[in-house]
Amino acid sequence: MIDFPLLVQNLPQMLTGLLATLGLSAVALLIGFLIAVGVCTLRLAPQPMLRRLGGAYITVFRGIPLLIQLLFIYNFLPRMGLGVSPIVAAVTGLSLCAGAYIAEILRGGFLTLSPGQAESSKMLGLRGWTIMRRIQIPQVVRLTSPALVNEVILLIKASSLVSVVGVAELTRVSQNIAASTFLQLQFYFAAAVLYCIVNVTLALLGSLLEARMGRVRI
Amino acid sequence: MNFDLNILFDNIGAISNGFVVTIGAWIGGVVLGIVLGLLVAILHRFGGKPLKALLRIYIEMIRSTPFLIQLFLLYYGGPTLGITLDAIPAGVLALGIYGSAYFAEIFRTGFNSIPSGQLEAAECLGLSRRQVILRIQLPQMGVLIMPALVNMVTILLKETPVLSIITVPELTLVMTGIGSETFAFAEVLLVLCIGYLILVEATSRVGQALEKHIGRYLDHRTQQIKTPEEMA
Repeated sequence: MIDFPLLVQNLPQMLTGLLATLGLSAVALLIGFLIAVGVCTLRLAPQPMLRRLGGAYITVFRGIPLLIQLLFIYNFLPRMGLGVSPIVAAVTGLSLCAGAYIAEILRGGFLTLSPGQAESSKMLGLRGWTIMRRIQIPQVVRLTSPALVNEVILLIKASSLVSVVGVAELTRVSQNIAASTFLQLQFYFAAAVLYCIVNVTLALLGSLLEARMGRVRI
Repeated sequence: MNFDLNILFDNIGAISNGFVVTIGAWIGGVVLGIVLGLLVAILHRFGGKPLKALLRIYIEMIRSTPFLIQLFLLYYGGPTLGITLDAIPAGVLALGIYGSAYFAEIFRTGFNSIPSGQLEAAECLGLSRRQVILRIQLPQMGVLIMPALVNMVTILLKETPVLSIITVPELTLVMTGIGSETFAFAEVLLVLCIGYLILVEATSRVGQALEKHIGRYLDHRTQQIKTPEEMA
């Protein structure tokens, strides 16, 4: 039932697709994290207007399915005179969406820090930025690392959706091979195995990391 | 570019059909997912070692692959195994299977949260395994797992647009079709955004109400159980 010669023959192509998936996810994660830091800052701002703005971003980008965001960016924006290439559309869609999810994770982390820490740091003469960098962010990263690793896995899975805008990542590549060889089951299963290997490895690395950093007491 | 809501009114029939298909596939997937998930969780808890290992692989395999790939496996790969399904049943089944792995994990943590002393006590009192599950474990874990359940239900809703890729005529497929015929993209986007946001919001409201409802029942019950000091 399994056509091994064809599988071996197409494997390099699938691995290239997997690399594209990982690259896309990594770039989207990076941009998403930057967006998240901004949105989280808004969300925790003292001004109610800014807080509402941050909240609106999170509601919109978490509430609207990613596929619709992608279709909108790729198909609809060009009609309004804002043409984008498939890769740009894919990275934009994934980053905007990841930004909303990561912002909520970071917010959860910041909220668990007791305000007394920041107050006593201020009393000891530390500046705002130093408090952030030396005291709060290290704790937030440790506290939220399980959720962040989980988000990376979610992002890799979500990146399969960018196949609809024609980016040649793992899903798209296996779609093409499956269609041309008529071995649908075999190649989709191969793609599933590849995703599985990557994500299970990430999950294991995540728990190793967590064990290494230890639990933070607050 | 002008904004013309008449395009939406002209296609109101198609749009409402799309809504019905979306909601139908979603609810079908949720029901199937919860039933399968509960079954997997119960088998995982009470089954033997080999069964446990198999179910673990099932859960991890589903949780670590994208829904789109699972959908393709079922819809395009299924015929190789003799499973030929139309788009809608394939979509509902795929949603159900995808959800079942996550629901099973939620139920598993729920089962783990019930102190083992209660189960031992129930066993001493001669309750059957079925009674223990239905009367002791499920009612108590309800409150604990409700937020996670509602979250998963909304995640499944947000996966339904993916069904449009295998041509299930749900809201996203209908709306993008209207968009490319009439070029009324802003109107189309408006319907899609508002449609899904309303459904997501409504689900979380219902979830909160349910949580309160079950919580009240538990509070009421625990208030009736007196502590030793009160009884003295």
